Amino acid sequence: MDQWVYPTTGLHEKDFETGRVLVETWKSKAEYAWDAGIAMGRFLEELRRGRLVGRRCNSCHRVLFPPRMFCEQCFRPTGDWVPLAETGTVITYSLVHVRWDMVRLDQPLVPAVVAIDGASAGMGILHLLGEANPESVKIGLRVQAVWKKPEEREGAITDIRYFKPIS
Amino acid sequence: MTMRRVAIVGAGMTKFVRRAQETGRELAWEAASKALESCEMTIDQIEAVVLGTAPDAFDGVHMKSEWLADGAGGWGKPCLRGYVGGGTGVFSAAQGWYHVASGLFDTCLVVCEEKMSPAQPHPQGAFLTIFDNIIERPLGPNLLWIFALEMNAYMQRYGLRKEDIAQVAVKNKRNAADHPASLLGDRNITLQDILDSEVMAWPVQRLDVSPVTDGSVALVLAADNVARRVTPQPVWIEGVGWNLDTAYWTDRDLSYPTYVEEAARMAYRMAGITEPRQQLHIAEPYDPFDYKELHHLEGLMLFPKGKAPDATALGITQRNGDLPVCPSGGLLGVGNPIAAAGLMKVAELFWQLRGEAGARQVPGNPRRGVAQAWGDLMQVGTVVVLGK
Repeated sequence: MDQWVYPTTGLHEKDFETGRVLVETWKSKAEYAWDAGIAMGRFLEELRRGRLVGRRCNSCHRVLFPPRMFCEQCFRPTGDWVPLAETGTVITYSLVHVRWDMVRLDQPLVPAVVAIDGASAGMGILHLLGEANPESVKIGLRVQAVWKKPEEREGAITDIRYFKPIS
Repeated sequence: MTMRRVAIVGAGMTKFVRRAQETGRELAWEAASKALESCEMTIDQIEAVVLGTAPDAFDGVHMKSEWLADGAGGWGKPCLRGYVGGGTGVFSAAQGWYHVASGLFDTCLVVCEEKMSPAQPHPQGAFLTIFDNIIERPLGPNLLWIFALEMNAYMQRYGLRKEDIAQVAVKNKRNAADHPASLLGDRNITLQDILDSEVMAWPVQRLDVSPVTDGSVALVLAADNVARRVTPQPVWIEGVGWNLDTAYWTDRDLSYPTYVEEAARMAYRMAGITEPRQQLHIAEPYDPFDYKELHHLEGLMLFPKGKAPDATALGITQRNGDLPVCPSGGLLGVGNPIAAAGLMKVAELFWQLRGEAGARQVPGNPRRGVAQAWGDLMQVGTVVVLGK
């Protein structure tokens, strides 16, 4: 099959430094303002009050979290808002040492999926862990939300600063 | 179903490189031309074109498939882009299949192109918008996070060590040393090299990851009656499948890709496969990260859940093993120009089943193989079964 491979011209840094190849550049100018929607709007409102809420599907009886106005499995409207705890369990986590552009971080970030108590088993959200020694973070770790002060909350996922281990 | 039999009759590709001087259009043209030349066909004999290419954001060109289409032979023809994120490459072969199987067209040129290198300072920037705009993006996630989170969930569920997983990277990078298009083939790489590479997002280390790549791959598909005139060695598309899970990825069991299993079941049903481990002789699962090959082998039901690492350790998945897996060298070795990488896997099966894979040829006259890709927010599986 070797004859059906075109020998692409691979470029290297020096090709640009020496001007051997030409490039054109452009910077994207896109900004967005998203409406949070019905379910997420209420979810964010409750975050501002320092509470987590899910939404029950009266067909499959799952408590959906993050909350949504319809159950994707039953394809029916969900029924009620369900207050949830601010505690949960780490389902999985990572110790992240690089930013998206591969710039190295001084301290690792610890993103985790946290399954929230009161939601159906395994239903969680992405968030960060804090006040935790990275070495001691484990799957199964019990954690609780650490909130911003009420006056600093703005109705955003970052109203929870992070989740910390329950001592 | 009254579908026509569809064969792959030709394949071509470009060498995969970190940054190509050729534009995406030029890469598509080179791959398409090679594929046509390989089966002595001309563009006039092509009735429809399927073009696969992943996010527009890589190129910074809106509707880039229309922009690329001239290079893919799409001018003046029914030409359509299919797009399911990282699953696009294998899906494009499935899409080409139904163009022809339906009876709508006798021939179809399938071209997948990816040029990731224009995105500055790093193509990962193109992926930042994959996350939920309301509740995830404010946390500043990047693509490595979700792979690390999924890999860790998989390791934890089955008590796997990094060594169990890194052996996949060793195998594929070594296999790729025999691929004329490979970017990262390395015959001498060792397990220790992988384990010593920089930790990016634990448990993901640099050499667990496939590289940013530019490249293009093309296939020529033809209906039964045409295929037999074109080549004495048509390779049949025996089954296709695809399946999508929810984008609420934090609600899913990340240790097992159920959507891959569903896609495989669809393809196997069509191909009449009831015992995949016995009836499939080569597998090209999607391996953008080393753990993904293992994850996908299990989703494809080729090994029981949690057992793909053992099979790898036993050498079963080596090129001369009982079930060669990624004999091409995969994304980890040949490279990962997203959509083109998936179609490269289908092309590899085509060459392997025809006995044309040269130094990469798996022994034992393989008769049937499976290619699979995966993508979106860890939620789509695409599967194609080929046979001769």
